[in-house]
Amino acid sequence: MTRDEAFLQFLLRMGDNTLILGHRVSEWCGHAPVLEEDIALANTALDLIGQTQMWLGLAGEVQGEGKSADDLAFLRDVWDFRNVLLVEVPNGDFGRTLMRQFLFDAWHSIMLGRLMTSSDDRVAAIAAKASKEVAYHLERSGDTVVGLGDGTEESHRRMQEALDYLWPYVGEMFASDEVDAEMAAAGIAPDPASLREEYDALVGRVLRKATLTIPDSRFAHKGGRNGRMHTEHLGHLLTQMQWLQRAYPGATW
Amino acid sequence: MTRASVEQVWEWLDAVPDPEIPVISVVDLGIVRDVAWTGDTLTVAVTPTYSGCPATSVIAMDIETALREHGIDKIRLETRISPAWTTDWLSDKGRAKLEEYGIAPPQPAGGPDRCPHCGSKAVEKVSQFGSTPCKAHWRCKDCLEPFDYFKCI
Repeated sequence: MTRDEAFLQFLLRMGDNTLILGHRVSEWCGHAPVLEEDIALANTALDLIGQTQMWLGLAGEVQGEGKSADDLAFLRDVWDFRNVLLVEVPNGDFGRTLMRQFLFDAWHSIMLGRLMTSSDDRVAAIAAKASKEVAYHLERSGDTVVGLGDGTEESHRRMQEALDYLWPYVGEMFASDEVDAEMAAAGIAPDPASLREEYDALVGRVLRKATLTIPDSRFAHKGGRNGRMHTEHLGHLLTQMQWLQRAYPGATW
Repeated sequence: MTRASVEQVWEWLDAVPDPEIPVISVVDLGIVRDVAWTGDTLTVAVTPTYSGCPATSVIAMDIETALREHGIDKIRLETRISPAWTTDWLSDKGRAKLEEYGIAPPQPAGGPDRCPHCGSKAVEKVSQFGSTPCKAHWRCKDCLEPFDYFKCI
């Protein structure tokens, strides 16, 4: 694998994470339990889609085939996506959506912090921009996880169920492979495994405050970030997200 | 035709309102980062506030339209993401206008220092997110009015 090939994979991983999570979160638009939450979810989705434009825009540039961020988002099929499985799982209830957001935001904020010192200026610039937005995402998802976890009997039960369901999807964010080794050697991105300690400390602190118990098992569902095997849910998501470009190729506003 | 001076162009841009908060200009908002001539082409560097802000493309169009009206026909709009936009770049004039309009200007402390309607210091956060990506939703405990707070980033 050449450095540019690895770089492309890395950029697709970053961009596909924000794209797929952004789409998932946007599914709440008009359905959230209260207006303020609806607005907050839509704003979070908007930030993530904006970040996608930067990551996939750069991916298209590095790929050198003249593809735009839109081409990459709307004209690839399931097996070409490189997002972690965590972001493609269905929203579930509001609690599970916010738990997933928190588990992702915590990783995202640590990752972006490291990427701000990337040896590639373009990566560092995108990370600096995105990290400001993600600081707000993390503050909100963390506060909400605490509020609901340490809330009523029902909200606590639902949050614990959400954590039990989602925890096996956490490990994939820290699984290193040859793409990561190449990126770390080039100083472009950190080895994901090196983020785990900081992540466990941050997540542990918030979940303790939320009176929730982290499952013992470190079993991890994998296959998203290398494209080997996505869940069945991603294809369903793409039928919604890509419908217009597939039905009317080249359509523009 | 003689080229307009860079100072003149900045003045024109200061008359282009932000599409979401029309009381302040795109210059007040601090998103116009550079204006420069290269031969007969004018380059304007613009930075987005939030990466997904839907106003960004409208702003680019408004800037181009305004400059064309002033007779500049070769315009290059450059998107510059680094250094990332910060609310420190809001002008003092812009901050004052925001408050007058009912939007509390950003504060380093992370929250508004007073209600933009009645001036009371007794304010509380309703939500970290508001009507646009750049704002949060707050409420005054004295006059009971809700208001937008321009988030500090």
